[in-house]
Amino acid sequence: MKLLIKGGRVVDPASGRDELGDVFVSGGKISDKKEKADQTIDAKGLVVAPGLIDLSARLREPGYEYKATLESEMDAAVAGGVTSLACPPDTDPPLDEPGLVDMLRRRAKALARARVYPVGALTVKLAGERLTEMAELAEAGCVAFSQANAPLADTQVLWRAMQYAATFGFPVWLRAEDRSLAHGGVAHDGEVATRLGLPGIPSFAETIALGTLLQLVRATGTRVHVCRLSTAVAVEMIRAAKKEGLPVSCDVGIHHVHLSEMDLGYYDSHCRLEPPLRSQRDRDALAAGLADGTVDCAVSDHTPVDEDQKQMPFAEAEPGATGLELLLPLLLKWGAAKKLPLAKTLARVTSDAARILGVQTGRIEAGLPADLVLFDPQQSWRVAPEVLRSQGKNTPFLGYELAGRVRTTIVAGNVVYEQR
Amino acid sequence: MTKLPDAETLLPKLAAELRGHITPASAMIGLHTGGAWLAERLHPLLGMKDPLGLMDIAFYRDDYAKEGLKHDPKRTKIPFEVEGRDLLLVDDVLYTGRTVRAAMNELFDYGRPRSISLVVLADRGGRQLPIAAQHVGARVEVPAGKRLRLKRGASGKLSLELEDGG
Amino acid sequence: MAANPQLNANGELQHLLSIEGLPREILVQILDTAEPFAGVTEREVKKVPLMRGKSVFNLFFEASTRTRTTFEIAAKRLSADVINLNVAASSQSKGESLLDTVANLSAMQADVFVVRHGSSGAPYLIARHVKPHEHVINAGDGRHAHPTQGLLDLYTIRHYKKDFTGLTVAIVGDVLHSRVARSLIHGLTTLGAPEVRVIGPQTLLPAGVESLGVRVFHDMRAGLKGCDVVVMLRLQNERMNGALLPSAQEFFKHYGLTADKLALAKADAIVMHPGPMNRGVEIDSSVADGPHSVILPQVTFGIAVRMAVMSIVAGN
Repeated sequence: MKLLIKGGRVVDPASGRDELGDVFVSGGKISDKKEKADQTIDAKGLVVAPGLIDLSARLREPGYEYKATLESEMDAAVAGGVTSLACPPDTDPPLDEPGLVDMLRRRAKALARARVYPVGALTVKLAGERLTEMAELAEAGCVAFSQANAPLADTQVLWRAMQYAATFGFPVWLRAEDRSLAHGGVAHDGEVATRLGLPGIPSFAETIALGTLLQLVRATGTRVHVCRLSTAVAVEMIRAAKKEGLPVSCDVGIHHVHLSEMDLGYYDSHCRLEPPLRSQRDRDALAAGLADGTVDCAVSDHTPVDEDQKQMPFAEAEPGATGLELLLPLLLKWGAAKKLPLAKTLARVTSDAARILGVQTGRIEAGLPADLVLFDPQQSWRVAPEVLRSQGKNTPFLGYELAGRVRTTIVAGNVVYEQR
Repeated sequence: MTKLPDAETLLPKLAAELRGHITPASAMIGLHTGGAWLAERLHPLLGMKDPLGLMDIAFYRDDYAKEGLKHDPKRTKIPFEVEGRDLLLVDDVLYTGRTVRAAMNELFDYGRPRSISLVVLADRGGRQLPIAAQHVGARVEVPAGKRLRLKRGASGKLSLELEDGG
Repeated sequence: MAANPQLNANGELQHLLSIEGLPREILVQILDTAEPFAGVTEREVKKVPLMRGKSVFNLFFEASTRTRTTFEIAAKRLSADVINLNVAASSQSKGESLLDTVANLSAMQADVFVVRHGSSGAPYLIARHVKPHEHVINAGDGRHAHPTQGLLDLYTIRHYKKDFTGLTVAIVGDVLHSRVARSLIHGLTTLGAPEVRVIGPQTLLPAGVESLGVRVFHDMRAGLKGCDVVVMLRLQNERMNGALLPSAQEFFKHYGLTADKLALAKADAIVMHPGPMNRGVEIDSSVADGPHSVILPQVTFGIAVRMAVMSIVAGN
């Protein structure tokens, strides 16, 4: 199968290329030879970019099929231009044994849509007591190890887990949250939580845990990717840690770049997220950190939640927002606000994410896998339940008009999504 | 424009008429707001032993389900026993009779009077309930779409006026 | 931000969910309307026919006999039919969702839902889902709001002090967990009380409490100086010994209201408490029963205030 994508605006964040041109795909890879194409896609007026790489998307399998199925969420991924995604281990049961990981990968592969990279559990059942068989899990396909949203309470276990992962050179992806300080909290411990009478999670629940993590990185040399920063101080700490040369990277949930505690309004449970939406100052620091590269990536932190679990009092509602289909438009919105060139904007979900994931995709270069997205950056659309492919319709952006619509998504040279 | 009678002229006439009906058991209650003004003027002229009672029928209205509660209701103050009394119920304008119906209901929550007589400054007709006034200052024709109201000036001078709205 | 969910299209009170966000005129309207209702409650026949044929559902997801009873009395004195549902013990334990419970009751032709819930914001969720002719009154949600208690506190203060514009009010104790404190603070600032103080140890004051427009005192003696009104908050048993406070005794020593501490307030200061009181924990008996205490009148006024709120919302 030879595919010619003709006359698009080709944007490759890795090389900084941004020009009108053609992209040729042959044998599932990008090619620089000009052969006769079996199929031509007219990309006039569209951006042709590497497919998006989302470092955190929950597919809800196994265990939560009533919230979403692998099929519905893989549809959502490609509809959002996401060609690779890493899924956190907080399934039911958690991804703590090779059989589960293997099955997930097979199921995903059979669906032939986006590439799925499972992140294994760092401890058995994510319970924070016993280490998982990381080497076995890595063999089964885990790309990193994580505690998802269940940060370790016991610092000794954390230390040992990091030492063990470092032994094999496995990266560890962790959220920085002190479990005791966050206990019972559902919102940023600030003005809004005080007004709404919601139990708060103080900012230092994040920075204290981050301080611990960074000390342990110094002690163990483990490669740590810090997931979902939420505070301005944490951005500063990462900046200093990188300057010091520590092997750390970090990401931010795309919602946290746009929203703050003020968006809770009158208890909008769609804004019940983990970590909580914090102050406007924090949000601004996250957006700025993402722009200057202190924050390496933006992720959707896609979490489909069924309506019943959201139609609850704020504190009882299940946290999380659907995000795979919103990642691109929300990223574009951020890039436009920061006046960034498109290549730099897209880097945060393509080449930078590929670097952390340790994969070859995320760039447009001859010989590399042809994972591509064609999108119209101007086309605006209204976020509505019936438009979203994901089974989760839970997003604070319901009703918003967002610009940036995916037209075609290609994985390994195959068209896996076309906008009707 | 209809010529309206002068309230200040009607007032002493009404007082004179009432004087002949005062018994030892008589007491007076004015209905907020116009009826209360009128009663405050009539009461001292009649030499009754009990102080004047004031009543706001807001909690007894029959249009609550449609109109809701009216703003700024006043406290009903009846500083005498109602039981066994001859009550003079005073209002400014008698129209549909609904206010009087509500007032009588409220009165009976205070006790069982021996009799109730209705005193009004003006009767504009248009009754929707079988209610009549025993003492009327004047009968007044009111054009459709207008409302007859008692007003009290800064000096305390009372006057009848027409307003828009039925 | 979305439109104020408490007001209808005409800006009238559709639901009472929180004192926060209510315009001054509506607060004054409620207090003014409560005044004649207080007159009704002093009569021999303590009932008016206003809400005849209306149904008030007391929906208590968190048990509170006391608060439920005051709403029940208020509704009955308005001639409404009252249905008490202790939901904590029925449907919720069978796994029925909050909204299903409400939909079921709504099918029984409710006019007013009086809701008490352990989770902040639950009445907002219900208000978003009831039919246009149904009204929700918040009878306490989590640590967020207890607007009718706040209103009866305001009524009590106005009754004794006539006006808010010169007042210094101190609210003492567990502000962190107190919906009563939050509601009263919003009411006082809306009605123009120039100084509202909160007094308590740091562990019992919420983050950024100053943003509500109050002055913070940790020293009770300093905080009581020159106060016209002292509002004592209830300290829940489960918070007395633990990470928030070492003991009830130590709390009483520093934050309990005694006659000698009260002497620092103005000579005509009034003392309030939302009840139920812990004598010897937040308040000394000699003060609770003393000449400054208006704790029992608060309860009486509470009925009139709730009658006012019910009749205003159900009429809009």
